[in-house]
Amino acid sequence: MKKITAIILVLSVVLTGMVFANGQKDASGEAKKYKTVLLVKSLGNGFFEAVRDGGLEAAKELGDVESIYMGPSASTAEGQIEIIESLIAQHVDAIAISANDRDALIPVTKKAMKAGIKVMSFDSGINVGGRLVDLVPSVEELIGRQQVQLIAELTGNKGKIGIVSSTSQATNQNAWIKWMYEEIKKPEYKDMEIVEVAYGDDAADKSYREAVGLMQKYPDLAGIISPTTIGVLASAKAIEDEGKQGKVQLTGLGLPSEMQHYIEDGTCRQMALWNPIDLGYTSTYIMEALITGKISGKEGDKVDAGRMGMITIGKDGLAVMGTPFVFNKDNIAKFAAMF
Amino acid sequence: MAGYKKSLVDTSRLVSDKTTMSRIVDFITRWEFIIFALIVFEAIVFSNLTPYFLDTFNLLNTTFNFSEKAILALPMIFIILSGDIDISVAAIIALSSFSMGFAASHGAETGTLIVVGLVSGLAAGLFNGVFVAILGMPSIAVTLATQSIFRGIPQAFLEDQAYTHYPEGFGYFGQGYIGNTMLPFEFFLFLVLAVITGFVLHKTTYGRKLYAIGNSATASKFSGIPVRRIRMINFALTGLFAGIAAVLLTSRIGSTRPNIALGYELEAITLVVLGGVSITGGKGNIVGVVLAVFLLGYLKFGMALLNMSAKVMIITTGALLIVAVLIPEFISMRKKKNKLKKQKNDENTEEVA
Repeated sequence: MKKITAIILVLSVVLTGMVFANGQKDASGEAKKYKTVLLVKSLGNGFFEAVRDGGLEAAKELGDVESIYMGPSASTAEGQIEIIESLIAQHVDAIAISANDRDALIPVTKKAMKAGIKVMSFDSGINVGGRLVDLVPSVEELIGRQQVQLIAELTGNKGKIGIVSSTSQATNQNAWIKWMYEEIKKPEYKDMEIVEVAYGDDAADKSYREAVGLMQKYPDLAGIISPTTIGVLASAKAIEDEGKQGKVQLTGLGLPSEMQHYIEDGTCRQMALWNPIDLGYTSTYIMEALITGKISGKEGDKVDAGRMGMITIGKDGLAVMGTPFVFNKDNIAKFAAMF
Repeated sequence: MAGYKKSLVDTSRLVSDKTTMSRIVDFITRWEFIIFALIVFEAIVFSNLTPYFLDTFNLLNTTFNFSEKAILALPMIFIILSGDIDISVAAIIALSSFSMGFAASHGAETGTLIVVGLVSGLAAGLFNGVFVAILGMPSIAVTLATQSIFRGIPQAFLEDQAYTHYPEGFGYFGQGYIGNTMLPFEFFLFLVLAVITGFVLHKTTYGRKLYAIGNSATASKFSGIPVRRIRMINFALTGLFAGIAAVLLTSRIGSTRPNIALGYELEAITLVVLGGVSITGGKGNIVGVVLAVFLLGYLKFGMALLNMSAKVMIITTGALLIVAVLIPEFISMRKKKNKLKKQKNDENTEEVA
């Protein structure tokens, strides 16, 4: 009993000392910077490490912001909730989250917002009510139109174009393809036409066969658009195997790490996808605008997001970053190392 | 035969052998002292590194992060003490949470949901118990299998969907506070359950029997202890507590996905082992486990405040576990050695006499 009393005494003395020591440290103070956090789905993922780099870039440009990168060790909502609780405890100024669960984070992000923290989501959003702004990489129209622009640059605005999509019911791809047809109506594409949409079902072998089929059916095919990561990879292989490099151009939405080889050897000279660096960069600009009160997250608010230009907050706090990022042989090596 | 030998040593503990008794008491206080000292060390380090650590609101609020795991650890003490293991507890949470979500989607109210959550947890525990206690299958194999079954059911039904609609008042259990205080309901419930668990463990014959079974199930059976019934009750209790944890967790995050509480079983077992309960059974107490809850909970909190990477936390927890398993092992080895030496010396003196 004596022992325990002694321990408690020592403990309380030490702890009191600590409290005082801390008080002094606080008084001295350092240059005040807003703490913004990029909370990702999990650590050890190249995609999210690129997000972190974007956050650091934006923080450097903004000057009044410190960018902190965090994530749980496994992709669980519970892990993210634990981190958000600790962020509430240390009074950070803003959190941008790529959520593991659209709903499970809402109670804790509501708590964070009640504590004065600005909460937004990016990449993988939180449902309305659990955040002020949700940043999505792009929208259907921009993605679809850009695909046509990219292939037109490669074929010199002329020739027959085939599309290798995923499944015929894929909501995303169908919406993008609809906008491709819209874009190609423009006068500058009068010598270009979309001859067929083939469905590779997002399976490597079927996509490959469909791409080969297009090239055999239309011997004068000028280009292939494949707005799916699996399709564009399979199409690149098909073009190479058929010996059609340089004759049939290719673009699409592809993963840099998978497509590096084909971009460097000229099979697919350019393709697009959202860029995680831009996501981290733009999120940090939006957080700064929320903290400093430049915007409140309501419809019509505009954020000056540095090199990403003006970003307008739409209905339900939805913000669109812009046109997907274009990868070519000059930048592919850098991004292939990330994702 | 090792078990038989062990039981002989331990009966000597029950019989009032003053010197052994005091040594054991010494040992226990020493292990708890180590954890306690680590907590103090932790508090000193973190409060020096961040001003947010020693803050009443923060210290209480952080308990949200570990209360459910701590509640899982309580019946796990019984399980591990009696030489069993249950790695299906996290999967029971998933099953129980799924049952509640299913009920809620059919319009069940808060009261019904709690009953559904607890009953499905209890049922899952009994299911484990039948295989382990009645059919005599090894608990590690049984719970390894049942964890796939328990989590498989929500996975099959929900796939990538989730139940996200729970009644308004249901949020209290996982998010609410006791009255107007800063004390979270979850944490308060853990404290109450810990006191009850401690009482059962140290003040009732049921608790005594757990130690006996852990030391030697065979010897216990021959001494008239209803080993089967006790193991059955242990697994049922574990299921029930997992049901409680499921109510709290589901209420806290307001959502049920098949991967809910993923990995919680290992965290609960970690708490029990770190708390000084021997993984081979027969040794340990409630105080150590409760202290381990705080040690680990606030370690994670402090590291998160410093924005340390989750990887560092995992490594630190692993290192702590090794320490927790090795130090008692090392101490008991030293003790045995000393004892042998002493016996030898005694024999020598007898021979001389």
